[in-house]
Amino acid sequence: PLWCDKVLLRASRRVEIAYFSHSQITRLYSRFHSLDKGENGALSREDFQRIPELAINPLGDRIINAFFPEGEDQVNFRGFMRTLAHFRPVEDNEKSKGHDASEPLNSRNNKLLFAFRLYDLDRDDKISRDELLQVLRMMVGVNISDEQLGSIADRTIQEADTNGDMSISFSEFIKVLEKVDVEQKMSIRFLH
Amino acid sequence: MTSRAMTLAGLFLLLLTPGTGGSQVPGTDGAGDHGGPHGLDGHGANATNKAFPVLSFDYKHVQMPFEISLWVLLASLMKLGFHLIPRLSSIVPESCLLIVVGLLVGGLIRVVGEDPPILGSQLFFLCLLPPIILDAGYFLPIRPFTENVGTILMFAVVGTLWNAFFVGGLLYGVCQLEGTHLGRVDLMACLLFGSIISAVDPVAVLAVFEEIHINELLHILVFGESLLNDAVTVVLYHLFEEFAAAGGVTIKDVFLGIVCFLVVALGGILVGAIYGVLAAFTSRFTSHTRVIEPLFVFLYSYMAYLSAEVFHLSGIMALIACGAVMRPYVEANISHKSHTTIKYFLKMWSSVSETLIFIFLGVSTVAGQHHWNWTFVICTVILCLVARVLGVVGLTFMINKFRIVKLTTKDQFIIAYGGLRGAIAFSLGYLLDKVHFPMRDMFLTAIITVIFFTVFVQGMTIRPLVDLLAVKKKQETKRSINEEIHTQFLDHLLTGIEDICGHYGHHHWKDKLNRFNKKYVKKCLIAGERSKEPQLIAFYHKMEMKQAIELVESGVTPAPPNIQPKKPTERALPQLSKSREEEIRKILRTNLQKTRQRLRSYNRHTLVADPYEDGWNDMFLKRRRVMELGKKISELNNYLTVPAPAPDSPTMARARLASDPQAWSIKPKSDSIPTIQVDLASPQSPDSVNMVDEFNKPSKPTEAEEEEGLMMKAPSSSADQKERKRDKEDGVEQQRLARCLSDPGPSAEDDEDEPFLP
Repeated sequence: PLWCDKVLLRASRRVEIAYFSHSQITRLYSRFHSLDKGENGALSREDFQRIPELAINPLGDRIINAFFPEGEDQVNFRGFMRTLAHFRPVEDNEKSKGHDASEPLNSRNNKLLFAFRLYDLDRDDKISRDELLQVLRMMVGVNISDEQLGSIADRTIQEADTNGDMSISFSEFIKVLEKVDVEQKMSIRFLH
Repeated sequence: MTSRAMTLAGLFLLLLTPGTGGSQVPGTDGAGDHGGPHGLDGHGANATNKAFPVLSFDYKHVQMPFEISLWVLLASLMKLGFHLIPRLSSIVPESCLLIVVGLLVGGLIRVVGEDPPILGSQLFFLCLLPPIILDAGYFLPIRPFTENVGTILMFAVVGTLWNAFFVGGLLYGVCQLEGTHLGRVDLMACLLFGSIISAVDPVAVLAVFEEIHINELLHILVFGESLLNDAVTVVLYHLFEEFAAAGGVTIKDVFLGIVCFLVVALGGILVGAIYGVLAAFTSRFTSHTRVIEPLFVFLYSYMAYLSAEVFHLSGIMALIACGAVMRPYVEANISHKSHTTIKYFLKMWSSVSETLIFIFLGVSTVAGQHHWNWTFVICTVILCLVARVLGVVGLTFMINKFRIVKLTTKDQFIIAYGGLRGAIAFSLGYLLDKVHFPMRDMFLTAIITVIFFTVFVQGMTIRPLVDLLAVKKKQETKRSINEEIHTQFLDHLLTGIEDICGHYGHHHWKDKLNRFNKKYVKKCLIAGERSKEPQLIAFYHKMEMKQAIELVESGVTPAPPNIQPKKPTERALPQLSKSREEEIRKILRTNLQKTRQRLRSYNRHTLVADPYEDGWNDMFLKRRRVMELGKKISELNNYLTVPAPAPDSPTMARARLASDPQAWSIKPKSDSIPTIQVDLASPQSPDSVNMVDEFNKPSKPTEAEEEEGLMMKAPSSSADQKERKRDKEDGVEQQRLARCLSDPGPSAEDDEDEPFLP
């Protein structure tokens, strides 16, 4: 589509485009376009909520929020791609790249930071007990008592907490997940 | 150690020979004795001459079970022996040692003059192989398996096909050469031989890989391949056997072969899944007959295997499917003890089977008639190696295009090196018909050589190679609650992202399957309240219970609870008449004694009435009654502020069904009901158990309620009240006792304020 080519031409220096190949960008753009019912080149929260599977996803609202930058209500295609760039698989040659000005968006650290921000809604760089409880409640459903959930949350924080502040900081979060293969878990194989 | 066992075995075998050597005199005498009056009648004339035999030797009628037991005993003693010699077991893998023992035993039997037994295919496929496969399938790590299933299938199907055709074809080429005297071997026979020798053997892989502890990914790749290539092997074997007999091949036959493969593989999985669902469904109803729960698991799995074998479907795949399908549901239904039983029985059987298989391989080597042909054997070995390496490298190149985490060269090397052949190849070769395949002996010799080569050379050198190449080893630590929570979190996140992209990937389908499972399947197959329990909670319970058991085992004994009241009661107790008091005391005493009795009796029928489970059961029933009474009273006195008690939480109901004494908490909704809050902290911090009861709560409302209750006293409600009090005391006493039995150790600061009746 014409729009896409314009984006490519204009934004070829943009960091996000470097993450995707031409066919991937085309595919993502057509998806963006199909979600954009208002045809105004940007997605609103309602556009996301129209996706039926997201409605039953326990983390649906938080994921949608992650697309929107602070305080804004619309996300354009560039922002859409920027968020999705986190989920690109880590290439071998990227792994061995030296320290550039900034780490690529799909590095392990940035993937974990993305996930961390979904827990940490108030952006204080700590997952507090309440934030953890909220997430647990969303994932577990309504049948479990608060006390039980509370004890699970306490146990979780106790396991992860190394500096005794009764909350999980980002470095503690990284440490806990060091055995999990985050590069594989948080990657989606887009079309080649 | 081995020499001692050897002499022991030799001694037994010497005992065997006179017994089996066609003993006439002891035999007939024994028969005569068995016959009883007939014998006496038969030898009526001699009866008066011969003395009544006090001791007779009759071996024939126990020969079969005796010999089987002897072999199993020998196998187990071998296993014992190896682990008593520390250095040996770290250098040489167990499988090698066992084959050597088999060779020695076979040689010994030969020396004695007997004919050593050969590993019969019937025995192997029906008795020795199923336990190993069931053990593997039941404990198959599902998550890594499904994440890598594409890779595994590629290796299993395409890799095995490539191996078979490469080895078979090139061997035929070699046989056609002039100087080898192998012109009789035709193409079909070569291809058949290729298909037999090309399959990676699960028994050998398990035996070797379990000792080297490599990382999960490589383990599941090689092991999964060895399991799934059974379908290919079965199809190729039957196919080439038919073709070799028939003589010609057409395109139609090739096409039918492909269809046959799909039928064999999918049919096997289907049969296994059906039996798995049946087993899960049966386990739903076993809450009253816990003793035979493990039996259902074993029987259904074995039936699945046999049913698949009836139709020449892949029995191994049926067994794997059965075990993997039934496991989550069965584990939710059965008691903890049954779970342990299943685990240990499976491990025991598979261990014995494996040992026997390797010993028999050794014995069969000595026993069989061999036809050694230098060219054929050497070429087979070399071609197998070359085919494996080429296959792995080529396939990895193609697979890496589709994988997120690519396979490195080191990984490829280990996968290629881990392609061990084993007893399945031998048994398949043994099954060959001598009429159609006159070169069967040569085949068997070659197969045995390849097996020996892979098990000895590759098996022994893989461990130092793994160390040399610094391959990642298995992570020994258990999964923490953090990992579980965050992994589930990431699952949901990725599913959401995939839905936003419109990409129907791995996570999307997994999520759909989970939803389907939760909505329909769990309701049918899991008993009671546990069908609604989320996976996270189940994981948490399991973890807590494991920890509690560990604490107890490590010697932290539960301290006896402090029964004396710490502080005097602040509020006025209702005055009970002496007789009433005596009544209450008697009831309490008998209840307590009953519990103690249950713990002592231990016969097969009362084993079912698990003391923990039943004790808790009673207590929960009492608690429920208490709650109901509380509700009734609150309805009677509508100015009371006792809120309705919470409905039975799933966790409480679960504790009713499974012995789970530790991880539950009761909602302290109602002030008038004593509650226990079990703070399940980690071992570092002391477990704090707070017992909050009505006497601790702000006394005003309860006092008012009590007084009101007293004032309002119609005789019936007073009786209710007292009954309620008595129930509470009862409940508390039960709790205390049960806690005493199951707690890892309450800390010093728990408040035991509930007074034993003054």
